[in-house]
Amino acid sequence: MASSTDFLLALEAVSVSFDGFKAVNDLNLYIDYGELRVIIGPNGAGKTTVLDLICGRTRVSEGSIKFKDQEITACKEQEIVRRGIGRKFQTPTIYEDLTVFENLELSVPRGRDVAGALFWKRTDEVIERVREIAAMIFLQEQLDRSAETLSHGQKQWLEIGMLLIQDPELLMLDEPVAGMSVSERAKTAELLKEIIKNRSVIVIEHDMKFVESIAHRVTVLHQGKVLAEGDMQSVQNNPKVKEVYLGH
Amino acid sequence: MSVASANRIDTRRLELIGIALIAVLILVLLPLVLDIFRLNLVGKYLTYAFVAIGLVLCWGQTGILSLGQGLFFGLGGYCMAAFLKLEASSVANTKIQSTPGIPDFMDWNQLTALPYFWVPFKSLPLALIAVIAVPTILAFILGAALFKRRVGGVYFAIITQALALVMTILIVGQQGYTGGINGITDLRTLLGWDIRTDGAKYVLYFICCILLLGTMFVARFVLASKLGRILVATRDKEDRVRFSGYDVANYKIFVFCLASAMAGVGGAMFTLQVGFMSPSFVGIVPSIDMVIFCAVGGRNSIVGAVAGTLLVNWAKTMFSEAFPELWLFAMGGLFIAVVVAFPRGIAGLMTDQIIPKFATKFATWKGPGRAEPSAAPAPAE
Repeated sequence: MASSTDFLLALEAVSVSFDGFKAVNDLNLYIDYGELRVIIGPNGAGKTTVLDLICGRTRVSEGSIKFKDQEITACKEQEIVRRGIGRKFQTPTIYEDLTVFENLELSVPRGRDVAGALFWKRTDEVIERVREIAAMIFLQEQLDRSAETLSHGQKQWLEIGMLLIQDPELLMLDEPVAGMSVSERAKTAELLKEIIKNRSVIVIEHDMKFVESIAHRVTVLHQGKVLAEGDMQSVQNNPKVKEVYLGH
Repeated sequence: MSVASANRIDTRRLELIGIALIAVLILVLLPLVLDIFRLNLVGKYLTYAFVAIGLVLCWGQTGILSLGQGLFFGLGGYCMAAFLKLEASSVANTKIQSTPGIPDFMDWNQLTALPYFWVPFKSLPLALIAVIAVPTILAFILGAALFKRRVGGVYFAIITQALALVMTILIVGQQGYTGGINGITDLRTLLGWDIRTDGAKYVLYFICCILLLGTMFVARFVLASKLGRILVATRDKEDRVRFSGYDVANYKIFVFCLASAMAGVGGAMFTLQVGFMSPSFVGIVPSIDMVIFCAVGGRNSIVGAVAGTLLVNWAKTMFSEAFPELWLFAMGGLFIAVVVAFPRGIAGLMTDQIIPKFATKFATWKGPGRAEPSAAPAPAE
């Protein structure tokens, strides 16, 4: 367990139980630098729980999670974020009462303590950075709009942008295209390909077509364990996976 | 694209206009039209407005409802009263007591020496520091204990309410140290300056006004900073703030401490203007009253909170002079009306309905009005 790792992220023998129910059971998962990993699996397989464990929202019962070879299981959520792990939630989680600009500005990884926030200056550098990210997430024209007036797909993009502006080394996206139209999905796939250039990404997704269009490697979770892992082709042809998805 | 930003600038400007109107009202208009008895009453109401502004910060902006702000108001007030009481209890003034030189209530309760925690209040600078420091430190301890453990919402409200009650019971129970149910009364002078005269009341009223306007600007500065936006974000999506690398608890502790410090200043000004402090300004009822002032005025608006405090208290005075028994029902009815009919308070009514209505009228009226003068000078020249 104390072994050192060359991976960006290494989960080893991780278990978590809620009132005796093991949502994640003796899980091993390794993410490489620059990798785009898709996690799929039937409902209740523990996909979201795995993300919760990595970002510190849920505490592991047993096992170790190492990020850049450093144990993070005891870190607070904001410390994990500051080490370089960003997480997007399943439903778009943005600040509805603020403008798009302000949403992005608050996510700029500086002035995060109370004094820093109180005496924050909106420098040209910040404005430049916000504009740059806004252009990436197709919202450069919407900067002054209140975030609550955005469409569902735009809200998803905004949340991705709020993570990108922090420039995390590992980005975790929980169902980023849920509720998106076909054209929005295509744009999101483009966006993901852009994002991946500088970092590793974990994506949880149900939409198989979307998975096919983006995935490097796919991990199939089932009952809190890894059922299969590999490229899309081999996973799809795996008899165990077929059984889980088709029911026999 | 610029609609939202234009609205925002307008709200900022409206707020400045509102502050200016309040300043004119309390600094010029009221002193001119009211006699000193009424003006002193207004001064008392204004001390509650300090608390209401604090509630705008922690309740309206951040979503932390404290039902125990009376506690901090009272602590500030008691700190001030302690100093004034010690000054009023000089050996010369209290020579008929069995232990001269200590406050009368201590003597009645068979205390023979000043308790150690009363000693710092012999010094005015220390007492003034305590007015802010004591509420702030208590708020910090409370905030650190609760917010770090992620206690929030209704639970936080109930705990603060319980603490306000505990403090009342403590004050009433420890009569020898606190003055008990009667409070600390018979305050006379501040460094030899008699605070009971009409002249002193005028001076204290204006000091109170200036401090209140200062408090409004502090609140405005906080709300306009990035910290203010983080508070809104916390109210909205706490998890997102946390997962953007912020320590949410620290922000809540900060805003709660700030609100409590403001309440403490208000309490001290209350003691100075009213001339006593008692547990009836500490407990649950005054704490909830203050939430109502803030809600009626508009919990998202600094100006609204002050206006609401003045209005409700003015109505209370008018109403209870005419129908003393009915006031509580009226107050209850008012609170229900706010919750049901105008949840953003008077300030919300103003900014959402009244001002836009006038603005459109003004715009249609201004259109031809503007065209005419440009046309008129031409023939004249």
